[in-house]
Amino acid sequence: MSIRISQIDKRYGRTRALEPIDLDIHDGELIGLLGPSGSGKTTLLRIVAGLEQADGGSIHFGDRDVTRVHVRDRRIGFVFQHYALFRHMSVFDNVAFGLTAMPRATRPSSGEIRSRVMQLLEMVRLQDFAQRFPAQLSGGQQQRVSLARALALKPDVLLLDEPFGALDAKVRQELRRWLRHLHEELHFTSLFVTHDQEEALELSDRVVVMSNGRVEQIATPDTLYRQPANQFVFEFLGDVNRLEGDVEDEVLTCGDARVAVPGVENGRQELLLRPHETRLEEQPDTRAHLPVSVTAVVPVGAEVRLELEADWLGEPWLATIGHAEFERLDLKRGRRLFAKPSRLHRFDTPRPQTLAPLATS
Amino acid sequence: MIAQALSRSRERRVLPGFGLSLGISLTFVSLVLLLPLTSLVGQLSQLSWSQYWFLITDPRLLASYAVTLFGAGVAALFNAAFGLLMAWVLVRYEFPGKRLVDALMDLPFALPTAVAGITLATLYSSNGWIGRLLEPLGISVSYTWIGIALAMAFTSIPFVVRTVQPVLEDLPAEVDEAAMTLGASDGHAFRRVILPYLWPALVTGTGLAFVRSLGEFGAVIFIAGGKPYETEITSLMVFVKLQEYDYAGASAVASIVLATSLALLLAINLWQGRFIKRLHGGRG
Repeated sequence: MSIRISQIDKRYGRTRALEPIDLDIHDGELIGLLGPSGSGKTTLLRIVAGLEQADGGSIHFGDRDVTRVHVRDRRIGFVFQHYALFRHMSVFDNVAFGLTAMPRATRPSSGEIRSRVMQLLEMVRLQDFAQRFPAQLSGGQQQRVSLARALALKPDVLLLDEPFGALDAKVRQELRRWLRHLHEELHFTSLFVTHDQEEALELSDRVVVMSNGRVEQIATPDTLYRQPANQFVFEFLGDVNRLEGDVEDEVLTCGDARVAVPGVENGRQELLLRPHETRLEEQPDTRAHLPVSVTAVVPVGAEVRLELEADWLGEPWLATIGHAEFERLDLKRGRRLFAKPSRLHRFDTPRPQTLAPLATS
Repeated sequence: MIAQALSRSRERRVLPGFGLSLGISLTFVSLVLLLPLTSLVGQLSQLSWSQYWFLITDPRLLASYAVTLFGAGVAALFNAAFGLLMAWVLVRYEFPGKRLVDALMDLPFALPTAVAGITLATLYSSNGWIGRLLEPLGISVSYTWIGIALAMAFTSIPFVVRTVQPVLEDLPAEVDEAAMTLGASDGHAFRRVILPYLWPALVTGTGLAFVRSLGEFGAVIFIAGGKPYETEITSLMVFVKLQEYDYAGASAVASIVLATSLALLLAINLWQGRFIKRLHGGRG
């Protein structure tokens, strides 16, 4: 079922938790709400669930206006960060809770409940744990029970509040993949909150980036990464290196460092680049003279991660290079080299700009 | 062998001060609790079994058991309901004067029970503030079981409030919310989700209140009046026997109160241990 959020806003006393927000979620879409803590993402999710009331605006599930509908009648499934399982009930009773809580007239027979619960437990691969209590399960298993419980009533929309936030890295990875498969299979409309960029980019069909109660950008993971709408999105979606200096005649100077910045007007400018958007060479050239020294080397994974420092830099740069490059340059701590940015991004202009200082024009 | 066992356990222990703290605790327990109990047993030993049996099955005493148990039962049930409500209000809602109400909850512990007894007796006597209002309705509180239960409830209410309150505070709001997102009505959520959570604490609190009421003396005697066979409570019987210099008889009655209380406390503890084990996945 599609979700239409229009002009939803919320204040707590004098602080504004949400600016008026519009968001359309298509049927069967998996949407990630991404933002730092305090960005209003959880508030928005709880308003959609009906656990909190908005001060203004409306929410529609399909054609149904649910703005004033109580949470218990909204037909949602909600998964909490800390599972919120009923500790005194077995796994089976937890999953069956929603079905047994139905009014007698519409409640399925106990046989039907039984088969439905077992089917759900099979889906989350916990059929052998039906009689266990939550405390006897691992965190990942508890979160799967919580998901089965939320899906038991076949909700119109599934809402997840930092569902993997309390789990360790490996389990989180596994559950993420598993949720992705489950979504491909069942196609529920889903909205989930996370502060983990990787999680949002991996799981979502579209990502809503939020900060300070505002939507910064709504886009597919691909677009979001390649065409960030503003500096906040760019910085939030990955590591960022900063280059600040005075530009004169399309050359940016900062201490003894300088680099060609074609098309940039004179004056104080701030440019940004990602760690993989710089190369390292033993010699400077006419377009880039950025002396740096290597202060940390982490040769783990597909790439080698480096930390670079220089007296013209406010905070150290991060750089990632290939292992072949690493061997060619004979990298070790303390080595002095020259950085050559392949791309530089500007966000202080009306539209974000990307420069390629080394491109032969 | 004991020394060996002790030295072995000392090797494994990481926390310091075990010997000293346990020693002090045991000394304290012996002096304050066990020594008076020993003298009680000493008094009892002057009686033969048949004398003991005769003393504790005196019809007047049997009637007092019934009065005490009934009063304490009513008081405990009243406290279970009212104490749960108070704890709920104190934890779940914010209102002006909440701290004051919270502090007032402990008043029955702080107030000398005799003072409470006199106050209640004055309020509920047929010409007291409240007694005067109840009189035309045909309800008399003073010198009836209602008065006894009322006094018992007054002195033991903090037990329920103070045992339920922390558990309720620990209950995450998410658990309620989860029940609501699953379509449960407020009543269903309370019965199936919240009450089972509070159950061990509520039973413990109610049990403690009951046990406390069994032995209550000061608060009850003024309002109960002490009519034999009707409003005489067991602890009053102990007092009466003491005034008659019948120490052995007083000890016999006291031993009944003591045994009942101990058995109840032990039962509550065992039951609670089993329940909590389940919540923590059988790992105790």
